[in-house]
Amino acid sequence: MTVTTDLVSYEDALASYDPVMGLEVHVELGTRTKMFCGCSTGLGAEPNSQTCPTCLGLPGSLPVVNAVGVESAVRIGLALHCEIAEWCRFARKNYFYPDMPKNFQTSQYDEPIAFNGYLDVQLEDGEVFRVEIERAHMEEDTGKSTHVGGATGRIHGASHSLLDYNRAGIPLIEIVTKPVVGAGDRAPEIAKAYVAELRELIRALGVSEARMEMGQMRCDVNLSLMPKGSETFGTRSETKNVNSLRSVERAVRFEVRRHAAVLGGGGTIVQETRHFHEDDGSTTSGRVKEEAEDYRYFPEPDLVPVAPSREWVEELRAGLPELPRVRRNRLREEWGVSGHDMQSILNAGAIDPIVATIEAGADPLSARKWWMGELARSANESGRSLEGLPITPEQVARVAALVADGSLNDKLARQVIEGVLAGEGDPDAVVEKRGLKVVSDEGALGAAVDEAIAGNAAIADKIRGGKVAAVGALVGAVMKATRGQADAARVKELILRKLGVTEG
Amino acid sequence: MTDSPIIKLTAAEIAAKVASGALTAVEVTEAHLARIEAVDEKVHAFLHIDRDGALARARAVDEKRERGEKLGPLAGVPLALKDIFTTAGIPTTVGSKILEGWIPPYDATLTRRLKEADVVILGKTNMDEFAMGSSTENSAYGPTGNPWDLTRIPGGSGGGSSAALASYEAPLAIGTDTGGSIRQPAAVTGTVGVKPTYGAVSRYGMVAFSSSLDQGGPCARTVLDAALLHEVIAGHDPLDSTSIDAPVPPVVEAARNGSVEGMRVGVVRQFRGEGYQAGVVQRFDESVQLLKELGAEIVELDCPSFDLALSAYYLIAPSECSSNLARFDGLRYGLRAGDDGTRSAEEVTSLTREEGFGDEVKRRIMLGTYALSSGYYDAYYGSAQKVRTLIKEDFEKAFEQVDVIVSPTTPTTAFPIGERADDPMAMYLADLCTIPTNLAGNAAMSLPCGLAPEDGLPVGLQIIAPAMKDERLYQVGAAVEAAFVARWGHPLLEEAPSL
Repeated sequence: MTVTTDLVSYEDALASYDPVMGLEVHVELGTRTKMFCGCSTGLGAEPNSQTCPTCLGLPGSLPVVNAVGVESAVRIGLALHCEIAEWCRFARKNYFYPDMPKNFQTSQYDEPIAFNGYLDVQLEDGEVFRVEIERAHMEEDTGKSTHVGGATGRIHGASHSLLDYNRAGIPLIEIVTKPVVGAGDRAPEIAKAYVAELRELIRALGVSEARMEMGQMRCDVNLSLMPKGSETFGTRSETKNVNSLRSVERAVRFEVRRHAAVLGGGGTIVQETRHFHEDDGSTTSGRVKEEAEDYRYFPEPDLVPVAPSREWVEELRAGLPELPRVRRNRLREEWGVSGHDMQSILNAGAIDPIVATIEAGADPLSARKWWMGELARSANESGRSLEGLPITPEQVARVAALVADGSLNDKLARQVIEGVLAGEGDPDAVVEKRGLKVVSDEGALGAAVDEAIAGNAAIADKIRGGKVAAVGALVGAVMKATRGQADAARVKELILRKLGVTEG
Repeated sequence: MTDSPIIKLTAAEIAAKVASGALTAVEVTEAHLARIEAVDEKVHAFLHIDRDGALARARAVDEKRERGEKLGPLAGVPLALKDIFTTAGIPTTVGSKILEGWIPPYDATLTRRLKEADVVILGKTNMDEFAMGSSTENSAYGPTGNPWDLTRIPGGSGGGSSAALASYEAPLAIGTDTGGSIRQPAAVTGTVGVKPTYGAVSRYGMVAFSSSLDQGGPCARTVLDAALLHEVIAGHDPLDSTSIDAPVPPVVEAARNGSVEGMRVGVVRQFRGEGYQAGVVQRFDESVQLLKELGAEIVELDCPSFDLALSAYYLIAPSECSSNLARFDGLRYGLRAGDDGTRSAEEVTSLTREEGFGDEVKRRIMLGTYALSSGYYDAYYGSAQKVRTLIKEDFEKAFEQVDVIVSPTTPTTAFPIGERADDPMAMYLADLCTIPTNLAGNAAMSLPCGLAPEDGLPVGLQIIAPAMKDERLYQVGAAVEAAFVARWGHPLLEEAPSL
């Protein structure tokens, strides 16, 4: 789409203004059932097949709170260093939209379950930036509208709309930051790192897969600028549904440039929601908020208050996993890798597979080597995640062990992995079937060694004459003759012995 | 056709006769269906009569008995169900045009419990639209007549249920009470109605008006029958988060052992004065005198916050209703108006609501929308909630001194249809004595205490008990009922003109 918005350069914008961000992230919980009824949350089912009177909002129906949803909310709150409410209520957020069956969303208003926390995010150069958390609260997702017949897929111009309520009532946790100030020119980077860190955290807690491409994690970016030196926030724009890490970064960058252009030209920023466009990284105006929208919140009378006991909260706190950033730093030290390498490992989604491979007995270096090398390549080619590859960490560890004990060399090991990925069975089975054992037996190698010496008399003479380094060529010839299966060290030893030379 | 004597039997008597084989459930059901056929054209208690369903259920009860299986406690007893509870496969309109033609795909918990108790549901009764009203005149399907005088209102919102009882179309009925919709209809028709403690009867499948006030309850012609029905419909329901997770109070036992001997009975100063009809006050005072004669100690009480109850109610109930009724948008079920292919969803919703909602419903939606709006919330909804707390505290203090409180159920007898239709404030006053109980969440009953001398129409006595002490209503109610019936020589309803 073409963008007519005038922009100033990012650098010029930052020379005159300080950005202030607010990030609102919605996470769909991975509970088995919906937030207020027993319907399944499974993805990909027939439209409206996972519905009941409650999530369809039929007259007379009532909600019942999903206990696992509450537990997940408390755990997220604790992991974000929040205070957990001793007593809180759900509230109704009243507004009209066809994909919301009751025309109110059961949410939380002034009594969120978790509040006043923070999340430390580490930028690529290692700098740590603290993002303050305002609140995390529980609510329900809406259904999904599909607008048919228009050009854009938006409601404007559509001939009709299809409504699927399978998603209606799926538990959501909305996590809202306090205004992020002081980010300066690193604002886009910080926004991206925050969302990435939050995603890691959610996954580490096991409360959601937080796959942004599946809509399991969605981000709204609020941004305003204030003139350098000022402490009064400017008017903000709300860019909705920015649904990838890269988009978060781009949306912040674009809005900084757009705001600066408007303000620099003597204009004023209109408080409005904006749509983000993946194709060119721009935003366009959504609906203008003439005044603060009035959701007429009031406590949900159909639900009783949620009062997490302190004992339970402490139990959950004690059961929290190590936070992702802390864990990454620990592993980085244990593995002895650079910050940059660790970032690559994180980006590749290789941390958990590597840890599991080490736990299965491999040494850190080889575990990393296989996952970041051969397996990363294979995942890339097949468009899968590392964890989606049909190979287990135990199998990778077994390959590493076979290399370590000399049964395989790297070249053979790659073939074993290829076999496992092709479904030929465990590494040992692949070795067996493909006959991939390293050959080190003198009897089996003797003929090949003799042939190599006979066929390369000139080189053999050089070696005899003391040029031991030339032995590589003869080893290469043996490897070629044995199709890579020979034990290279053993071959070298045999050649030197036959030529009557001792190394070193 | 002459009426079968079956229709004059109480629910307790019918259940006993069906259980013993003296009557079949089919005979009982046919007798009531015939009565409905004969009189409901005049009374208009029912919006929907499920003749086939009722007979099928009655046959099933009889077959169950023939097979020697254990019967439910109210097996074969016909019942009139207020059209606010969902019934799978049977229309549920809530007295509103906006749900015209809607067939719910599910049974309310209460509906399910009635079926499990082998009760025979005859049909769905008329009501003020969305239970908003005190006369049943707000029904989109026309008013219901009071069997005592068909030109007068049968009370509301549950006027269909009370009229069905008073006209002998059914021995049992179900009502719902948000501000008095069970008790006031009971009072003006000379029947018995109970609003149990909030949370006693599941609200799952009961179309919401004001969630924090709505409560389903039993309606009958005798205190014992109400208790038998209470026991069937009450009890914890995991589908309703506000349902009480405790054993049902021993209401039937209490109803069989009526006594006020040694009890302290409170009379609240705030429940009399301007607006109370002389004959209503007279019958109430006689009831207090009767309680004294039966061995109760009368205690005068002051509950100043009760004067604010009506105002608080008319902020809380409309606020909740404005949100509860938002779902009626014409998109998924019920009426859809103006969808000619050129209009947007918003326009269709707007036209649907314009056509589908009546004036009183619109009035309350607007009132509630305003009361909840930002900037007004604290002044209106917030203040009303504070008043609610004060009312609870007044009740708590009162129940430190007394076991139950008594009052007139409603300040006047049944008024003529049309008299208050254009005067909402006059209509709202009908619930003056019943509303405090809804705001506090405790239990109350209305039972007949005589006819007002000036118009010969029934007067209701309200008994109020603390939350979770519903059995006290039945203990006191049974004693009062027995004493009155002994004094009159027959139940009050016998004095109603024949239809």
